[in-house]
Parts: sequence; structure tokens; C-alpha cells
Amino acid sequence: MMPGVDFIVPAAYFTAAVLFIYGLKGMSSPVTARSGMIWAGVAMLLAVLVTFIHPKVEGNYGLMIIALVSASAVAWWWARIVAMTDMPQMIALYNGMGGGSAAAIAGVELLKVHSGQASMVPTTLLVAAFGAIIGSIAFSGSLIAFAKLQGWMRKTWRFPGQQLLNLVVFAATLVLGAWIFIDGPTPTLLLAFFALALLAGILVTVPIGGADMPVVISLYNALTGIAVGFKGYVLEIPALMIAGIVVGAAGTLLTQLMAKAMNRPLTNVLFSGFGKADEDAAGVAASGEIKSIDGTDAAIQMAYADKVIIVPGYGMAVAQAQHKIWELTELLTSRGVKVSFAIHPVAGRMPGHMNVLLAEAGVPYDMIFDLEDINAQFPTTDVALVIGANDVVNPAARKDTSSPIYGMPILDVDKAKNCIVIKRGQGTGFSGIENLLFFEDNTRMLYGDAQKVAQALISGVKALG
Amino acid sequence: MEGWIALYIFMLAAFTGIEVIRRVPAILHTPLMSGSNFIHGIVVVGGMVVLGMADTTTEIVVGFIAVFLGAGNAVGGYVVTERMLDMFKSSDKNKKE
Repeated sequence: MMPGVDFIVPAAYFTAAVLFIYGLKGMSSPVTARSGMIWAGVAMLLAVLVTFIHPKVEGNYGLMIIALVSASAVAWWWARIVAMTDMPQMIALYNGMGGGSAAAIAGVELLKVHSGQASMVPTTLLVAAFGAIIGSIAFSGSLIAFAKLQGWMRKTWRFPGQQLLNLVVFAATLVLGAWIFIDGPTPTLLLAFFALALLAGILVTVPIGGADMPVVISLYNALTGIAVGFKGYVLEIPALMIAGIVVGAAGTLLTQLMAKAMNRPLTNVLFSGFGKADEDAAGVAASGEIKSIDGTDAAIQMAYADKVIIVPGYGMAVAQAQHKIWELTELLTSRGVKVSFAIHPVAGRMPGHMNVLLAEAGVPYDMIFDLEDINAQFPTTDVALVIGANDVVNPAARKDTSSPIYGMPILDVDKAKNCIVIKRGQGTGFSGIENLLFFEDNTRMLYGDAQKVAQALISGVKALG
Repeated sequence: MEGWIALYIFMLAAFTGIEVIRRVPAILHTPLMSGSNFIHGIVVVGGMVVLGMADTTTEIVVGFIAVFLGAGNAVGGYVVTERMLDMFKSSDKNKKE
């Protein structure tokens, strides 16, 4: 006897769920990450194909194929052309689409309930409504995050009573959800319900500054996962439940790790603007003077060093200097200098983003070290080269209890024998906090555009023969 | 689906998610976020099911949106993750090239 649809469909979904978890697990090492992703891709393909023979699917095949093909083509094309520095907003965009999809699924399901074609027990209705709220918030919130990172929306809206308004909108969404729960979903009610949920996502995201966006994107990623898991329950597809909740849980943990690395409790990110801490912070009286150095001298210092640690920040990526820095690293290595890269957990725009940018330039991942692994090495390092990083190397985090970044883990570059800081010009970082590092005796400032300075360093080292 | 079974599935999946990510090194955090973003693209399957059941114009339009957005999530998430992972090479591999 041939296995019927009733067997094939659940079996395929089960296989997909196993492969998803296997794929995610593969990501625990750079060596297995790619094959893990490929297995997850196979799982997705399998799940999509088998859905065409899902017993509940009765028609609209043509529309289904049109939607699948057109969305895939656009998403594929855009994901291909986008620059590596812009990856965070692409993650936000695609995540938002997932949230929107979950919300739309809830929309159809609730309409079916209204027309009497489907019935839901109270629990299912409740889960469907919650999934709709979470999915909608993830959708509109992610799109705002995308627009902000993409530079389409530079303004950070803050006004008095903002938190109160957000609270009112969110409460109103819940009330409408409860109304739907009690009275049943009428189209008008549903429209208002979704509109309010979408508005809540926008209102919560609009006041959040660019610096906090990684945490927010990660949070929305987790929310979309949970929404997808809830849809899996409503549609009775356990693969969706498993994939969604695994992502929801992993995303929640990742969000907490990020917030911790930034020394910003999640509640601060969501409910207070980043600017606030700065205003309260009394400017730390930095003593000493800032001393500068030119490219040639800096090159000599590095060329004759035994050990150099490079600390890149997002400024390096903005200046597109990572390729030059890697060229410099290769030159120094060929002279026998031991070069490592030290990455702060929040370097770049999200944890690990800097690693991706360095990897793009060709830096092998075994030269790149995390904060915990490399901090003990700074005292024995001849030159620490800071390029485009600021707050993450500010010793105020260790020394100054009144500083807003006090307690944040930093890279201890000030403990190196010499510290060279490449910087565009004088001024504070995007948190607006004075960097005590610049005033240290062993610190020299190398002013200029990161890419040009890196070129100067390369020429300087080359000139030594 | 029986509520308690669903609750068990949710609970076990949540622990799986936490355990899987706990071992991930920081250098893979962004690819991981992107990879998990791809995985919740499975929502496209839910979109296909509701579009397959849709009768009225409103249902069909909303169902179409669900499939479109879900497919975008899955495909875009995959390509972005793959492009990022493509760049990770160890120094041994670099020397071979």
C-alpha cells in the first residue's frame, strides 16, 4: 500500500523540523555553519513543496505560485546586491516580512471564523489573536528599524507623554483583542485591531536611536518566531510551532546577551531614549592633554613591534578601511609582528557584525578574538591600534562611577604599552561621552579618514623595506 | 490540537532554542540571528495553507500577502545568511587559495 497524503505531509514537516534544529546547531561553529544552513534550506524547500498537497489546501495554486516566485525573486535579488555593511537592516526587513506573514495568516483565519467556515475553541482563538498582535508589532517595528538603519528615516521622535501614548495604544489593542474573543471577529473589528497593533509597533520603534537598533531587531526576530509558533498551533502544523518557538527562545536569549554587552537593560532600550543618559552625565573632567602622531611614526612603531592588537569599530567599516587594514596586517605579519584583532561584543552594528566585515576583507577568523579572550593580553602588547572605535575602549567604564557607560565591559587598550587611535577628528563618540583614553600618556591620536590613514601606514611600513 | 500537547511542544522547543544558541561563539551572532530569521520563514507554509483555503476576495488578498511576505522572509533570510557565512574562512584555507 502506498503511503497516503496523510502520512507524507506530516512526515515531510517532521523531517523539516529536525533539519531546522540540526541546521541551527551547525551554526555553533564556523566550520559547520554553512552545511547547517544548506540543510535548513533543504528543509524549507521540502516543507514548501509538500504544502501543495496539504489536505487543507483546496485551490488558488496559481496565485500561490505567483506569490512564491515573485517574492523569492525580489528578495533574492535584493539580498544579493546589498553591501555587507547594510546586512543588519536587511535582516530587519526580512524579519518584518515574516511577522507580517504571521499577522496576515491570523487575518485569514479570523475571517474564516467570522464567515462560519472555521470554528475555533476559545484557546485557539486566544492564541490566534496574540499571534496577530505579536506578528503585527514585529512587522511594523521591523520596517521602522529597516528605514532607520537604511537612512530613510533619520529623525528620532520623542515627545512628552510618549510612553503613556504607547501604553494607551497597546492597551487599546488588547481591549479590541478581548472584544474579538468575546463577540467574535467582525471585519470592522479586525481592521481596527490590526491597525492598532501595527501602530503600536511603529510607536515603540520610532523613539529608539540607531545605536540600540541591533537589540531591537533581535527582539523583533524573537517576536516573529513566537508569532510563527502560535500560527503553527492555530493551523495545527507542529513544524511551525517548533521552528517558531526555537527561534523565539534563541532570539530572546540573543537579545539579552546583546543588551548585556551594551550595558543597557532591555527596558532602557525600549522605554528611554539613548540621549537621556548623556544629559544626566556630568562631563567627566579629563585631565592631561591629547597628543597626536603622524602616519610615518605610527608605521615605524608598529613595524618594529613584537605584538600588535587591532581594535576595529564601526567607523572602520563606514570608511571601508577593512581591506586596507588587512593589507597592513599582512605586511606586518610578513615582518614577524604578531597581529591579532580584538572585537568588542557590540562592535559594528550587532554582535558578530564586525567579524563578518573583517571576514569579507579576508581576515581569517582564527586571528579574531573576543573581549574575554584577549583582554589579558593587552599589558604585553606593544601597540594597540584603535580604528573607528570609541566608547568600547573608554576606560571611564572602569574608572568613572558617574559615567553612563560605567560597568560596561571594555577592551583594555589603555593597558597596552602604546595605544594609537585613528579618528576622523576631535569630538566624542555617538554616545557623546568624553573618552578618557585619548588623554592617557601612552595614547597617540592619528587623525584622518580611516582609509587614508591605513594607506599611509601601509606606505610607511613598506618604506622600511 | 490538544492544548497540553501543544504546551509540551512549546516548552521543549524553547529549551532547544536556548541550548542551541548557548554554544554559539560571538563571531557567529549576526549570522545566527540571520539564520534564525530564515528559519521562521517557515511561516510561508502557513501562508500557503490559508491561501489554499481562502474563498472570498478579502481572504484571497490577505492570504496572497501572507505567502508573499513569508516567501520573502525565507528566501531573503537564506541569501543574506549564506552570503555572510561564505566569508568565514580559517587561515589554513586562505593559504591554500
